[in-house]
Amino acid sequence: MAEARAVLLGTDGIERLVGLLAGRGYRTLGPVVADGAIVPGPVNSSADLPRGVHDDQSPGSYRLSRDDDPSLFAWAVGPRSWKAELFPPGAVVFRTSGTGSEVQVVPVLDDAAPVAFVGARPCELAALGILDRVLGASEHPDPLYSARRAAAFVAVVECARPAPTCFCTSMGTGPAAGAGFDLALTELVGDGGHRFIARAGSSVGDSVLAELGGRPVPPAAWDERAELLERSEAAMSRRLDTDGLAALLARNLEHPRWDDVAERCLSCGNCTLVCPTCFCSALDDVSDLSGATERRRRWDSCFDLGYSEVHGGPVRSSTRSRYRQWATHKLSTWFDQFQTAGCVGCGRCITWCPVGIDITEEAAAIRASDGETVRKDGQA
Amino acid sequence: MRPTLAVWKFASCDGCQLTLLDCEDELLAVAESVEIASFTEMSSATVDGPYDVSLVEGSITTAADAERIRAVREASGILVTIGACAAAGGIQALRNFTTVASLAGSVYAHPEYLDTLETSTAISDHVPVDIELRGCPVDRHQLLEAITALLAGRRPVLASYSVCQECKQRGTVCLMVAHGQACLGPATRAGCGALCPSLDRPCFGCFGPAESANTASLATRLGEIGASGSEIRRLFRTFNAAAPEFEKESVAHDA
Repeated sequence: MAEARAVLLGTDGIERLVGLLAGRGYRTLGPVVADGAIVPGPVNSSADLPRGVHDDQSPGSYRLSRDDDPSLFAWAVGPRSWKAELFPPGAVVFRTSGTGSEVQVVPVLDDAAPVAFVGARPCELAALGILDRVLGASEHPDPLYSARRAAAFVAVVECARPAPTCFCTSMGTGPAAGAGFDLALTELVGDGGHRFIARAGSSVGDSVLAELGGRPVPPAAWDERAELLERSEAAMSRRLDTDGLAALLARNLEHPRWDDVAERCLSCGNCTLVCPTCFCSALDDVSDLSGATERRRRWDSCFDLGYSEVHGGPVRSSTRSRYRQWATHKLSTWFDQFQTAGCVGCGRCITWCPVGIDITEEAAAIRASDGETVRKDGQA
Repeated sequence: MRPTLAVWKFASCDGCQLTLLDCEDELLAVAESVEIASFTEMSSATVDGPYDVSLVEGSITTAADAERIRAVREASGILVTIGACAAAGGIQALRNFTTVASLAGSVYAHPEYLDTLETSTAISDHVPVDIELRGCPVDRHQLLEAITALLAGRRPVLASYSVCQECKQRGTVCLMVAHGQACLGPATRAGCGALCPSLDRPCFGCFGPAESANTASLATRLGEIGASGSEIRRLFRTFNAAAPEFEKESVAHDA
């Protein structure tokens, strides 16, 4: 542990952090309670954070509860990932003016202030790492994502209270913070009182840490952190067996389990829209009555019929083929494309599926009868 | 010369036609772009057809209307239906699940004066339809998009996916998952901008079925979170009762 780059903060340290980020021109977002969920929202003071609020999650169900726990971060993940701030659900790509040979393409400049995330989870940090690879490091980097991401400040908070839907330990993304953060916080509420270990993970994080003050982290606080992470890992009951998983799914494309899940799947697309790594978008060219046109980008979903439409019609007309596409992309073909899994184990797709379809359960069912091919229907 | 636009009413409440008048900020631009040749909700002055574009509101509930829609089709270049009545028979398609005699007797003093069909049916059951705008009423933005696209000679951008996607895009927390409310959003076509859920009201399916709607699985889940069979039937049998996917599901929950 690079203790030289770590300090122990009291709860006032979070207040100082929020003020310091505002002073540096960041638009600070953190977990706030809105409409019965913990979602990213503007944080102007530590009082905006969800003190004593917990999320109770299970497949297809999410409820908040409150108690006198002083913790600000004793919850797992909410429905909205931070992705929306860097890769917005809707954006204008460019506009045009004029008609005929006078058409001019007018670029749309992003004037959003740099964003600071306070309270991202380790799994979400891993998701940003995946998006960096997909949207930022490709041959054609996405300009909007890349610019916002480069300017963003990420303060991750390690997980003390995973949900029953979480499986980050299977994906190697938590509950401890991996690489890529500016600041990593661990909230301690043990006998030593309510305090935070803050570690810097970048030069910007270093300078913020230096300004934050605080005192050296005593060995007892490190021990408390280690115990906390151990407890979190032990509490994570859900597992995804990743041993040979990519190959397992690749050789089971005709497995009858895909029919079974298609009977339950609503094809509504919720799993893809809550996923912190799903990156698909569609472009719409629209015009108004004056003749001005815009090219708009919006989040798309591989669960839409239109998503796979090519000349002659959609290539994935059945729900079976769409669920299979999504699940095998996350857990198998993502490796071929981006050399990692496309899943970080946040469990959002399990909680926010209206009918509670569980990707870990589907994968386990296929593993349990590897090689089975008897189909219920004759569809491709 | 500006293209001509006609607006037609069949069995309906006029709300979708009023959506055109409700385009306050854009109405003058619309009127400059098209010649509104026949729109009796707006003006009694009409111009004879044929018309480049017809907007058709309402369902077919009488033999006379079944004839009239053919004449409208004949007189129209492009026929756009507006609203749930025109797309699926509307709320008046509740008659399809019973008999007109049983309903008329309980409402009218002299039901013998009525001359009506046993069913309320969609415009597309009678004539070819070029574009169908869903909703009760239609969405103002979709209506403008359809008119604008037709004028520009491009395909209108109309969603066929679920309302859930619009909820997620606007950041609305799921009423079903986070609040246990019975919502038709996962089976309902987007296009409204997920208006009701954004106001804490679960979707009641006024845009009709989304493509690939899995009503059976949704209904099972609605039952698990506490909706009774009659509540589930009522959900599917309201504004788009006669849309085939919704009809099948409501019938499955008939007592």
